[in-house]
Amino acid sequence: MNATRHPAIRSGILLGLIALLGTAVLVFIHDQTRARIALQEQRRVLQQLNEIVPPSAYNNDLHTDRITLTDPPLFQHAGPVTVYRARMDGRPVAVIMRLTAPDGYNGDIRLLVGIDAGGTVLGVRVTEHRETPGLGDLIELEKSRWITHFRGTSLTRPQERGWAVRRDGGVFDQFTGATISPRAVVKAVHTALKYFQAHRRALFEPPADAVVKHD
Amino acid sequence: MTEHKSPSVPLKIGRTLREGCWRQNTGMVVLLGLCPLLAVTTTLVNGLALGLATTLTLVFSNLSVSLLRGLLRPEIRIPAFVLIIASLVTAIELLMHAFFYDLYRVLGIFIPLIVTNCAIIGRAEAFASRNRPMASALDGLATGLGFCLTLLLLGAVREVAGRGTLFSGAQMLVGDWGRQLEVTLVPGYAGFLLALLPPGAFIALALLIAARNAWQGRTETTPTEPHPKRIANPNET
Repeated sequence: MNATRHPAIRSGILLGLIALLGTAVLVFIHDQTRARIALQEQRRVLQQLNEIVPPSAYNNDLHTDRITLTDPPLFQHAGPVTVYRARMDGRPVAVIMRLTAPDGYNGDIRLLVGIDAGGTVLGVRVTEHRETPGLGDLIELEKSRWITHFRGTSLTRPQERGWAVRRDGGVFDQFTGATISPRAVVKAVHTALKYFQAHRRALFEPPADAVVKHD
Repeated sequence: MTEHKSPSVPLKIGRTLREGCWRQNTGMVVLLGLCPLLAVTTTLVNGLALGLATTLTLVFSNLSVSLLRGLLRPEIRIPAFVLIIASLVTAIELLMHAFFYDLYRVLGIFIPLIVTNCAIIGRAEAFASRNRPMASALDGLATGLGFCLTLLLLGAVREVAGRGTLFSGAQMLVGDWGRQLEVTLVPGYAGFLLALLPPGAFIALALLIAARNAWQGRTETTPTEPHPKRIANPNET
């Protein structure tokens, strides 16, 4: 009996052909959409960054002038931290750190923390989280103004003890029914400030796309 | 198809649409695909978007399955369906990622999860594998529109109850002018969180099904409305 006549083999070949056809279609579409998808992602990143540092404040290619800190222990090993550097005519203007607060109520809270060259917070935005809708999600700008209160804070304003939510004796409001989410954000912003102060030069100096291993 | 001999082609089309959209509605009668249905319907626009993506998948999966139906041996039909549906959904996901980026971000995981919507493989198996391509595409369209209708109603109910608005986020679907579409039905509404959370989805769906059953019960007992028989194969002998 001819092997290719066997039903199982014919079925196998047919399935293989269908898979091949599907893959071919996908390769084609992927190829056609790749550039546009990259553009969309990039536009979104830039839009997020510009909310924190306005385009008028810098003249470098903000979203590509970035370095990656590999899992700095100061950030509780919550994964790598991406740092975007804003410069005006080569002078450091600000950094925007994309970092993770691992201690949200429902896991990771992803943040962008903008700090100007003098060590003052320019703005904080939550980019991703799974906090409880209606309670913890007030950390989002779309849901409440809470996140804007970080603007203008620094390591000395408030002092060390003030960097906590009110329930813990700090100056930052918590929400009714949700302390953990704001606590996680406050802690992450405070950590970012401390990190910035300790490594200020090391953040601006490495070339773009450098991967920096930190203590 | 051009070779229809039956004089009642429009009737058949009407019947297929009626079956898919209403009598055998995926969301409200057959109760398939409930996971995405319940998860994304926090606003009307979200519901509509997933409904359209699902409809698109259904039309093309039914069409492809029908075109291949002569080749598919019974023992490999299910893996073949899965391959076809998965390829289609991935294609739709890529296209949404490229052209409806904001929507893609809102619907997130539920786009790839269209693959697991049993309604799609159900129609491939029950209808498309036994019928002609055009009839199968139409069946897919009807089933998809029915699913879309459920998502739309559920999204509308939950958005009004939960946020007091309608059409919020329309700009994600139609571009910037969509912002003007947002209607605030209850100004200064404090929001009703339950409607937006998963339990609210179950409650709203239950109410929707109850309303549909009540409506159906009324029209079915009316003597002027004849019982159209459920036809599995309207197009083939």
